[in-house]
Amino acid sequence: MRSQPAPDPAPPAAAPPLRACEAGLIACSICGTVSRAEPEGMPPGAEARCPTCATPLEARRPDSLARTWALLLAAAILYIPATTLPIMVRSSLWGNGQETIMGGVVYFWTSGSQGLAILIFSVSILIPLLKMASLAVLAASVSLGRPGTRWRMGLYRLIEFIGRWSMLDVFVVALMVALVRFRTVAEIEAGPAAAAFGAVVVLTMLATHAFDPRLMWDKPGSSSR
Amino acid sequence: MNDPPAASASSSPPPSGRDLVACPGCDTLYARRSVRRGESAWCPTCGERLYGRPALTPEHLMGLVIAALITFLIASAWPIVEIRLQGIRNATTLSGAALALWQEGRRIVAALVFLTTQVIPLCDLLLVLAALVGARQGRGQGAAPAWAAVALRLLLHLRPWGMIEVFTLGIAVGLVKLSTMAHIVPGVALWAFGALTVLLAAILSFDLRSLWDAPLPAGTDAVPPPPSAPP
Repeated sequence: MRSQPAPDPAPPAAAPPLRACEAGLIACSICGTVSRAEPEGMPPGAEARCPTCATPLEARRPDSLARTWALLLAAAILYIPATTLPIMVRSSLWGNGQETIMGGVVYFWTSGSQGLAILIFSVSILIPLLKMASLAVLAASVSLGRPGTRWRMGLYRLIEFIGRWSMLDVFVVALMVALVRFRTVAEIEAGPAAAAFGAVVVLTMLATHAFDPRLMWDKPGSSSR
Repeated sequence: MNDPPAASASSSPPPSGRDLVACPGCDTLYARRSVRRGESAWCPTCGERLYGRPALTPEHLMGLVIAALITFLIASAWPIVEIRLQGIRNATTLSGAALALWQEGRRIVAALVFLTTQVIPLCDLLLVLAALVGARQGRGQGAAPAWAAVALRLLLHLRPWGMIEVFTLGIAVGLVKLSTMAHIVPGVALWAFGALTVLLAAILSFDLRSLWDAPLPAGTDAVPPPPSAPP
């Protein structure tokens, strides 16, 4: 443990870079000010606050791993009705029909819009699945005490960025339902999968935000983990 | 109370909290250096962005936010698209789409659409405006008022849930789908959504944490040194 709280930006190769939690410091999540985790004179049990902007300080996101796993599990369960039940119910003079997400992909593929078919397939089927799998791998790597790597950090940033785009199909359904209201001629209604799918997107986003990437870099068995 | 290891620094004066930066991705500590406009510092350990000075000034950002608010009003109030089928016309606005879902009994989906495309983007823009006004006040008084930080805290939690750009892509996909069965006439709001997507991309690229950088040169009274500093 080095005694200097202000490390050189390029620490010597021999010493590992000092981390805020090891120095008893916390960075404010809002303004970035670094302050002591337990300032002197703070009454026991009191909440530490950022000296610059008075935001309550947290060393790590609370119950990070437990919340991540719980939200992931809920999302994985809802993924099944989201992809198997119909997302749209059509009734028109030319016949009635139901369409699952996969049905929509097939429709675009066979009607000549292969690009859109690939877009919907990636955004609605592939991304939620890969996102849940990746987050599970990241959470498991923390539980197993694997050291953090830039590769895993990149994966976390990717799922954090890409998650919201899965909402695409819900918005497409909302627009179609509102536009195609021609009473007896043609009518489109949202199917039960729409809510399930929206819930999958919300739950995976919550799981991503519950996961604290700094845990990947904490030493196994340290108090902050 | 446990003596934190950093407290044993006695030879050099303890640094102020703004001279250090802890990586939000991996918690590694670095000394903060001043960067030029449009430059950022990145963590060599995990690759996360540490801090930076936005290419836009807060004044630019304020202009963009006001432009986005006006565009948002147009995008919300006017019809997105009109479709014609067998001589019948039908048009919808964004809230009309949410209302149609609600009336159909799909209330969860309706609430989700309304929140992510109307309520949250509007709150986002208003909170950016509040944070900017707060930071502007702070430049006169030395420290930004506490409510500016509260606005920013709320903003950081809300921001991932605003999905205007996803909705814009959703309109495009929906139109392709409908083009085979009906005649489509694009509405005013369609173009407004396109413009709003571009404006929001510029607004979201502004790192609001930097609002605490510019008006506060290191070591001013606004940044109290750590409590254990020797007198």
